Amino acid sequence: MIQSAPIQKGLDIYAIRQQFPILNRTVKGKPLVYFDNAATSQKPQVVIDALVDYYSGYNANIHRGIHTLAEEATAAFEATRDTVKHFINAAEREEIIFTRGTTEGINLVAYTWGRQNINAGDEIIISTMEHHSNIVPWQILCEEKGAILKVIPINDAGELIMEAYLELLNAKTKLVSIVHVSNALGTVNPVKQIIDAAHKQGAIVLVDGAQSSVHLDIDVQDMDADFFAFSSHKLYGPTGVGALYGKRQLLESMPVFQGGGEMIKEVSFGKTIYADLPYKFEAGTPNIADTIAFKTAIDFINKLGKEKIRKHEDELLHYATAQLEQIPGLTIIGRAKEKVSLISFVMDNIHPQDIGILLDNRGIAVRTGHHCAQPLMDRYSIPGTTRASFAVYNTKEEIDELITGLHKVIKMMA
Amino acid sequence: MDNQKTIAETENEIIEDFKLLESWDEDAKYEYIIDMGKSLPVLDDKYKVEENKIRGCQSTVWLAADYKDDKIYFSADSNSVIVKGLISMLIRVLSGRTPDEMIEAKLNFISEIGMRNHLAQTRSNGLLAMVKQMKNYALAYKIKNTAKA
Repeated sequence: MIQSAPIQKGLDIYAIRQQFPILNRTVKGKPLVYFDNAATSQKPQVVIDALVDYYSGYNANIHRGIHTLAEEATAAFEATRDTVKHFINAAEREEIIFTRGTTEGINLVAYTWGRQNINAGDEIIISTMEHHSNIVPWQILCEEKGAILKVIPINDAGELIMEAYLELLNAKTKLVSIVHVSNALGTVNPVKQIIDAAHKQGAIVLVDGAQSSVHLDIDVQDMDADFFAFSSHKLYGPTGVGALYGKRQLLESMPVFQGGGEMIKEVSFGKTIYADLPYKFEAGTPNIADTIAFKTAIDFINKLGKEKIRKHEDELLHYATAQLEQIPGLTIIGRAKEKVSLISFVMDNIHPQDIGILLDNRGIAVRTGHHCAQPLMDRYSIPGTTRASFAVYNTKEEIDELITGLHKVIKMMA
Repeated sequence: MDNQKTIAETENEIIEDFKLLESWDEDAKYEYIIDMGKSLPVLDDKYKVEENKIRGCQSTVWLAADYKDDKIYFSADSNSVIVKGLISMLIRVLSGRTPDEMIEAKLNFISEIGMRNHLAQTRSNGLLAMVKQMKNYALAYKIKNTAKA
């Protein structure tokens, strides 16, 4: 087989690109440059095939059926639980609850553990760089219970001010809910340290892993997280499914989230006995097809190797940062020492929306706006940013396209 | 300013302009819109108040209406230049019209010039909200007039 020499003895990015059919399409007559990976990543053919295979080969409702299709579907569905368990190194498969995504995972904890354990005067700590998904559920809970929401400030580089965090922690702190990696800044937060300090105060910690799970090695036991929530669609898997990890004793002590089928052991009009973990939290027919393909996505990542993916993405990050820094009037928002491969920036006198529209006209997909992190935008006194976020299939040539595009934007807006 | 041309005629003018632009290069359309955005008369700060604000997910639009001699006159601003350019086209088409003319306006030019996506929900830039708001002004003045008569 004739092959062009790979750039590095790691991943053959051009071969990887071949596995993503969407990357062959054009937008506005130009080859698609997809830099909106932090919103959702594209899907490799194997993931798409897994969905089609399920619907065309063994579609059936799971867990209850005795027939062959039901058994095959159940086995495939439950195999994802094992794969997720290994992916984040949970101790037991029963600690993995399937959800619709990170947002539902956080809400599940707020509505169950939160309602049971948060009382008037209790304190919940989040940070300035949270996604709205990790702000609003706690606001709702605090309002309902008369609890207090405290916010860890950040420095100009976009890093948590850890001294301030330690000062916020006290005996009234019941929960710390913190983002692992900021979707708007790319900052990697020192979750292990955060968890350790919270535990010393007797507080539990939820880690929002929506952005971190695709980039970093996740070991929930090593970080000692009490809860860890993430989504499939940001790691090359389908939308509509995610996982919530919780420590067994916490999950067992929590009241149920939603009632219905699947989550029960016995139902009579007098009394219902709930199912054991993890089914206790999985009411109703789950998102079977997407959950099955979630495993395929994780297998895809594991096969490439997270370390190799990270090396490639780091190269893209450094290359793009160096290139963007040379554009006059451009300021990168988020200069944390520990960052994943995403860059937020603002440009003098040019609204992010205009940048987004003009780049789209060149086939380049970036995200513009407040990234569902309005308090963070307020912290920097900006209405929003333009964000380019990279995945394993992105190349330096695509970054060059972005840079050319931005120069053109400046020219057009001048 | 007295509009000699009808709404439909003004829309057609814009459509013709864009046909010409499309024959140039891919950026020509946007360069034109940006130019129009920049040349939109500056909105006096006294109009940049909360009740004139139409908040989009990304950019903000301010829209003020004046009623003179049975006609509605609009002035507007946005923090996005492209949105401002689109607004200036809407003003060119709709400003100085009677409420009835405005209510009946189809505004086909928006999709004809390929700017439909800027009205879509995903853009959430307040433009769709602005079209609605302009039409609401027309309705409100019409109702007021009917009540008077």
